[in-house]
Amino acid sequence: MINPIMFIGFYQLAELYQSMLSSIGLNTSVSWLYYGLAAASISFIVINTMVLSTAFYVWFERRTIARFQVRRGPNRHGPFGLFQSFADVIKAIMKENTMPTEADGPVFTVAPIVLIAPTLLIMSVIPFGEKSFLGSLNIGILFIVGVTSINSIAIFMAGWGSRNKYAILGAMRGAAMLISYEIPMAIGITSVLLISGSLAMTAIEESQKIWFIVVMPLGFFVFIVAAIAEMSRTPFDQIEAESELGSGYNTEYSGIKFAVLFLAEFMAPLITSSIVTTLFLGGTQGFDFLPGQIWFILKTFTVVFILLWLRATWPRLRIDQIMSFAWKILFGLGIFNIFLIAVEYTILTESGKSELSKPDMLIMGAINWIVTIIILFVLMNLFGNKKLNRPTPIPSPLANMNPEVD
Amino acid sequence: MAGIRTEPVTINLGPQHPSTHGVFRLRVTFDGEEIVDAEPIFGYLHRGTEKLAESRSYVQIVTLTDRMDYVASMSNNLAYVSAVEKLADIKVPERAQYIRVISAELQRIASHLMATGFLLNDLGALATPLTYCFRERERILDLFEMLCGARITLSYMRPGGVLQDAPEEFWSALDTLIADFPHYLDELEGLITSNEIVLSRTIGVGILSDTKAIDCGISGPNLRASSVKWDLRKAAPYEIYDRLEFDIPIGANGDTFDRYQVRALEMRESIKIISQCIKQIEKGPIRTETPYFIRPPKGEIYSAVEGPKGELGFYMVSDGSIAPYRCKVRAPSYINLTPLTDMLKGWKMGDMIIILGSIDFVLGEVDR
Repeated sequence: MINPIMFIGFYQLAELYQSMLSSIGLNTSVSWLYYGLAAASISFIVINTMVLSTAFYVWFERRTIARFQVRRGPNRHGPFGLFQSFADVIKAIMKENTMPTEADGPVFTVAPIVLIAPTLLIMSVIPFGEKSFLGSLNIGILFIVGVTSINSIAIFMAGWGSRNKYAILGAMRGAAMLISYEIPMAIGITSVLLISGSLAMTAIEESQKIWFIVVMPLGFFVFIVAAIAEMSRTPFDQIEAESELGSGYNTEYSGIKFAVLFLAEFMAPLITSSIVTTLFLGGTQGFDFLPGQIWFILKTFTVVFILLWLRATWPRLRIDQIMSFAWKILFGLGIFNIFLIAVEYTILTESGKSELSKPDMLIMGAINWIVTIIILFVLMNLFGNKKLNRPTPIPSPLANMNPEVD
Repeated sequence: MAGIRTEPVTINLGPQHPSTHGVFRLRVTFDGEEIVDAEPIFGYLHRGTEKLAESRSYVQIVTLTDRMDYVASMSNNLAYVSAVEKLADIKVPERAQYIRVISAELQRIASHLMATGFLLNDLGALATPLTYCFRERERILDLFEMLCGARITLSYMRPGGVLQDAPEEFWSALDTLIADFPHYLDELEGLITSNEIVLSRTIGVGILSDTKAIDCGISGPNLRASSVKWDLRKAAPYEIYDRLEFDIPIGANGDTFDRYQVRALEMRESIKIISQCIKQIEKGPIRTETPYFIRPPKGEIYSAVEGPKGELGFYMVSDGSIAPYRCKVRAPSYINLTPLTDMLKGWKMGDMIIILGSIDFVLGEVDR
């Protein structure tokens, strides 16, 4: 697709530094110097972009949810309350940085950093334009799957290190849930890989002649449900569960440590949405009147909006319901989806084609949509609330126990 | 896994916790996520209302009752005032009785809205149903403001009638509220009753059997959800309830969902009651002249009304002076917590919160 905005990748930047250094007469054979400079610049850009966009996202989330809840949301700091997040962060930084006496100090301190690092790392492989910041990493999606699994360790560290019963309950739930939902998520991704034939994010994006959400709705469903659970938002927010655990794993955190946890937590939806955009919504693809990056951002925020919609509407599931949903339903659906895609792919490429054409994908999409609707309908009837077929409270004039008055 | 040793964990839920609806403390013992034992501990909001009442005159006590169940002041007023009227044998004009019933039913709706909203909040629904409920509750509070100028601590009723007549705007505002309200309830029930997650979380959870409910002295919607037909408005009609036609919703299973649904249906019945009252009410006096210091004859009386939480009763003893000798409150919130330990045992942590929420207690009334 078109990409008028110049995009500087890691290697171009390294070459730029090399030429700059040589122009001022430094020895250009010290490769670590200009690679280091390039890395520092890229991480500076990535981290600041992410922090700023998270600040914007927090504002967006609060305003959107406020609209769902017939409220106004933050509207005091700056135009439309845009600077509310900055005010919050400044407040959090100025708070006293407390640590429980019995806490495991190093673990407690490192946990927020361990939580935020993978989230930022993921950002380096997501292709905002033609390439990601790290050029086009050939194991992009595998990198993402691997790096996100650090999350469960970080949450367990935070819970364990706080030495607080609520925090430990939250952390135990988190460990169980995050590990369980990694499997459906990886399975959801696998079906994408079957068609794209490459692990690189850019290749996945290019292989979407038709958006994969159209081609494999079941895979999209499995992936997005697992992803919501991975970032532990309603209906899967067992790790925090305000109404049950107070605040879950971050109960004992305050000050800047809490701000970092908070940042990581609110960065997750943005990252997840951009992964969804790349995997299923065609990434930067769009119509020509807008550059690819704008399309990417628009799609990302559409996904974010849908996630917020879910969050604003749905209550929370219980932990055992969540676990059985992962293993009994989502896992099975994911495996079935892979099977379906594999069979279709084999049949459609029998003639010796190396990749699917546009009509092939449309055929697959048609079949998959029918199958998905049938499966979801059957599941709804199997596991859904037949239990409601029972006597509801009946308005009864016979509530009178006193025969004289009756 | 035989080698791994586990031990139960004891957690103090409260007195400061987001879902205990006030300063309620529950010492819970967990085996993993399952509740082994739970011990409610009360008294963090004890203000000695009953003792204070012994040194106040009969009219002054009305303000104390406001602060008991602070989400249903009108019902508290009504319960107290009707006890005093029975004790001192004061007649109440008919118009005052109608206004009392209208305001008590409005208060019932407000209280049930809050119960439903907070139940959904406990379920983890991030305050969306709660704000919807509060939006409607706000309109009822506006009506109360027209009646007496206050919104929460109303003190609207007096022995012998009500403080003042309802203004003209009140009746037109009431009409529009009644016209709108069924749609609000439809909207709320659409959000809740058809939600798969709500159903799977609430159905079959925290079952309270009818015999157990009667043994523990439960009353109100919690009792009726356990399929016991008991409502003081029908069983021992007070005020003008015997002239009104309304139904009593009865649950089937006594689980959390039934307790919610009984409340939802009761709100519709209350609307029915109010619209009948509007049709029947006639002009007339609103308060019998009573001396400022009422001196009831020596004696004792127990009088109860059907409050939003259950049977709200006042046991008053008079020694002939201007203040009651004893004023004992039968607080439904407090008594409804009796079977709590048995209801909680065996359920998971998430269930515990919604069982607590579905009982719908107010700590101001529990501790008094």
